[in-house]
Amino acid sequence: MSTPVAEKKEKLSVPFDYNKYLRPNKLPHIWCPGCGHGIVLKAMLRAIDKAGLDKNNIALVSGIGCSSRTPGYVDFNTLHTLHGRALPFATGIKLAKPEMKVIVVTGDGDALAIGGNHFIHACRRNIDITVLVFTNATYGMTGGQYSPTTPLESIATTSRYGNIEPPFDTCEMAKASGATFVARGTAYHTIELEKTIHEAITHKGTSVVDIIDACPTYFGRANKFKSATQMMEEIEKDGTVNVKQAASLPPEKLAGKMLRGVLHKVERPEYCEKYETLIMEKANAKK
Amino acid sequence: MTESAAKKLPRIVVNEKLCKGCSICVDFCPTDVLEMKGSIAAVKNLEACTRCQLCDLRCPDFAIQVFD
Amino acid sequence: MAEKKKKLLQGNEACVEGALYAGCRFYAGYPITPSTEIMEGMSVRLPKLGGKFIQMEDEIGGIAAALGGSLAGLKSMTATSGPGFSLKQECIGYACLTEIPLVIVDVMRGGPSTGYPTGPSQSDIMQAKWGTHGDHPVIALTPSTVPEILTETIRAFNLAEQFRTPVMVLYDEILGHMREPVTIPNPGEFAVEDRAKPEVKPEDYYPYDDKFLIAPLAPFGSGYRFHVTGLNHKQDGFPTNDSKVIRENNLRIMRKVDINRETIWKNEEVMLDDAEVVIFTVGSTARSARFAVNELRKVGVKAGLLRPLTIWPFPDRAVAEISSRVKAIIVPELNLGQMTLEVERVAKGRCAVEGLYRVDGEPITPSQIFHEVRKYL
Ligand SMILES: Cc1ncc(C[n+]2csc(CCOP(=O)(O)OP(=O)(O)O)c2C)c(N)n1
Ligand code: SF4
Ligand code: SF4
Ligand code: SF4
Ligand SMILES: [Mg+2]
Repeated sequence: MSTPVAEKKEKLSVPFDYNKYLRPNKLPHIWCPGCGHGIVLKAMLRAIDKAGLDKNNIALVSGIGCSSRTPGYVDFNTLHTLHGRALPFATGIKLAKPEMKVIVVTGDGDALAIGGNHFIHACRRNIDITVLVFTNATYGMTGGQYSPTTPLESIATTSRYGNIEPPFDTCEMAKASGATFVARGTAYHTIELEKTIHEAITHKGTSVVDIIDACPTYFGRANKFKSATQMMEEIEKDGTVNVKQAASLPPEKLAGKMLRGVLHKVERPEYCEKYETLIMEKANAKK
Repeated sequence: MTESAAKKLPRIVVNEKLCKGCSICVDFCPTDVLEMKGSIAAVKNLEACTRCQLCDLRCPDFAIQVFD
Repeated sequence: MAEKKKKLLQGNEACVEGALYAGCRFYAGYPITPSTEIMEGMSVRLPKLGGKFIQMEDEIGGIAAALGGSLAGLKSMTATSGPGFSLKQECIGYACLTEIPLVIVDVMRGGPSTGYPTGPSQSDIMQAKWGTHGDHPVIALTPSTVPEILTETIRAFNLAEQFRTPVMVLYDEILGHMREPVTIPNPGEFAVEDRAKPEVKPEDYYPYDDKFLIAPLAPFGSGYRFHVTGLNHKQDGFPTNDSKVIRENNLRIMRKVDINRETIWKNEEVMLDDAEVVIFTVGSTARSARFAVNELRKVGVKAGLLRPLTIWPFPDRAVAEISSRVKAIIVPELNLGQMTLEVERVAKGRCAVEGLYRVDGEPITPSQIFHEVRKYL
């Protein structure tokens, strides 16, 4: 099996010590064999390590879904909220304590369906929160219904004849909504993902990483994938192309592929800073 | 002493309590070091291991580690 | 002593004063008539005190952000009205189970649905109690004057922080918008309670430590790393399937309010000693009732008023006691009998219980009450 150059270059001589960040005795996690969420969790922990963040200072907030069970396994200030509501809870924490690093882990359903409104408004505010969207194109936790990222014609338990709703492009939506850092990664490209998440959490402002990962149990089985490996190869590896490589590829090689890497990065005043510098100052000047 | 015997081999540890048998590590190992033994990943050809860490990186379950 | 400041305030403005006095430093909400003046007031006042204000994209976002603020250690609040109160219900249940202190003000307006935005109503009494799914503790306060909105908002914060639970303040549109002279209390004049902080080392901390009925709550980011979930959880905050733990925890969150009912209850009793007919009501309706009682006394009718300032937990003891010695309890309310049901439940047939309802967006007048009472004599 071929390995992309980028993956080969960086050899790690020792295994990464995940136990530094995991809560003792919480493993094995609840995820199914081959579920991509575990791979994403690991990339996130390596990125947090690389950023040198203090565990006491990280709030990891999620909604409801398989992906949203992530906070339970890690030794931070962790908050498992309600379906779709991770972002407003996270917004409250961040605004109350801007010195905290606030990261949201959320499913594609959690972030974009029930929580879609919160998602676009968090991006618009450019509040310093990193949003990691675990995009498995299904509602895993409830048993494989179609989600806002399920491809057209895919089979789900609620689209037995094929999905007729076009999927969102999470990155385009985040960008259009005002997020100042927008990127895409996959569980397959795990080192690249680690770097992307690292860049997202060190960016000031709303950073969104759309992370394509596999739900072999529901999306995989319903759509005739034989294994998690096959999903990772066909959807994550062959179905995406790095944005830098894409620049030199002819259009026919890009057809139907999603772009990976940092897709949008701009500087814009961050919400909590604006609150301090504009609102607080004016309010107190008026006294 | 032959060259290959002098070469220090890596140590690959599969945590059988955590391995869920998805075979991702086996499928993606570039040098075919691993195999599935029943529903647990196992080492088949340690000599071929390049310590690339891909098995660990892509294991969803914190179940495999490669020590130098 | 600083000179007392007297101001002519609207009910919603008094609510802001009360919240700030109580130490509220975080507000998140979404505008809705007739509660909007609270959020407008907060947006001006909080930044001056170093507090945080945010207008969220909807009411769910409002309460969720306020819960985040509270978990980060700030006394937090959200305010709304009927439709917004409905939207907040899932988060109210979350706050009950995760035991995050919060004050929720509901300035009640006519319903159902968009109903009558500028009309008064008391139709959220039952929603306050049963609006979210699952059995859960509820504390709800019902002021009936503008000064009382200030003091009851302070009390709401104190109860929320003491009991680690959401506390609601319910009043109707009339009170929200009416103006009355209010004395702004000096610091120290009213007790201000803060949530208990852990006294143990972080490694020994449990957010739901079963050594306590109400465990101390460490703020996020203070070195106490812990997990919060809306799933049934153990004392360490992590989810559990253990039926014994689930039962114990579900019972404990009810018990913490239940066994402290006596300190949470607060009633005003007007001429109850010799009363033959008692009016039981809250909010603006109690103002008409008080007037009616005086008029009835003038014509020789032994009328009295029982006015709870705590509607949840329901004032069972006071109602039970009264019901055993009066002919009738009249329950005027701006809905179709929500409190009446409760009074009937407690009175257990010991006296007549009669509701007097109005849902046309107009207040119940003293003369309506006057005539209703006379029917029983
Ligand atoms: C208000 C509400 N509606 C519905 C549900 C049921 N529910 C739980 S998780 C979920 C979907 C999860 O999908 P996603 O966010 O994509 O996460 P995944 O499980 O795929 O990781 C749904 C519909 C719920 N818990 N709460
Ligand atoms: S159902 Fe799908 S998303 Fe959920 S744990 Fe299983 S594989 Fe993962
Ligand atoms: S990838 Fe991990 S869980 Fe899957 S078979 Fe290999 S060791 Fe086991
Ligand atoms: S480290 Fe690389 S070569 Fe060695 S077993 Fe793992 S994937 Fe195979
Ligand atoms: Mg999903």
